[in-house]
Amino acid sequence: MQLALFFIFGTLAVAGALNLLLQRHPINSALSLVVVMMSLAVLYWSLGAEFLAAAQVIVYSGAIMVLFVFVIMLLNAGEEEETHGSRAAYTVGIPGATAIFCLLSFVFLSERHALGSANIGGYLNRGVDNIAEVSAMLFTKLLLPFEVTSILILVAILGAVVLARKEQ
Amino acid sequence: MVPIAYYLVLAAILFSIGIAAFLIKRNVITIFISIELMLNAVNLTFVAFAHMWHQVGGQIFVFFVMVVAAAEAAVGLAIIISIFRTRRTLNVDEIDLMKS
Repeated sequence: MQLALFFIFGTLAVAGALNLLLQRHPINSALSLVVVMMSLAVLYWSLGAEFLAAAQVIVYSGAIMVLFVFVIMLLNAGEEEETHGSRAAYTVGIPGATAIFCLLSFVFLSERHALGSANIGGYLNRGVDNIAEVSAMLFTKLLLPFEVTSILILVAILGAVVLARKEQ
Repeated sequence: MVPIAYYLVLAAILFSIGIAAFLIKRNVITIFISIELMLNAVNLTFVAFAHMWHQVGGQIFVFFVMVVAAAEAAVGLAIIISIFRTRRTLNVDEIDLMKS
């Protein structure tokens, strides 16, 4: 059953990514990325990461993609045109990406017995759920990095406001 | 029972498509979107390895990647807006101020 789930949503993710690559209008690419992120959320859930599945939907496909769609609509971005640079990138991009894919999948598939396999749902089997485990780690051992990321977000907000402000 | 290798190969597929889109696309927003796709692919490998090692550290790492990606998206889109305001284009071939 988990295999069927994996193949359905894995195919959906790959189809969304290919659609991102093939569409010429930025808004179509952004919406196909939403498809990829939603199917990845299901895959996170099947790997026992319930908190991350929720965060993926809320943060990625909620916040970040809304930001992208807003900017695309604000700038009224149209179809991209073919240029000399894109023709050069075709000759480098497709073989390079294929080579990286072949290398990675060769390594993963040749080591697949050492990697083992995944059972659906929680992997901890210790009577604690995923969110309890994540928060216990995050608020005890990793409290300082967690607070530092809040400062990072603050700086990013200030930077975004300063950069996007109209020049006087 | 799904082999962990399948999840990793799926992440490799998504990452390679992200690289190809990053190199082929000429619109700066689409390039930014393909960077997000690559970040998502790497996140999937982190979650898969966290499952494999029965440890939560990989999921914490993904959490931090999400936070940094949110900050990066906010700043990057602000930069794109200010580029568009001064240069009136989103084509990366025409944004070559540092080249000349």
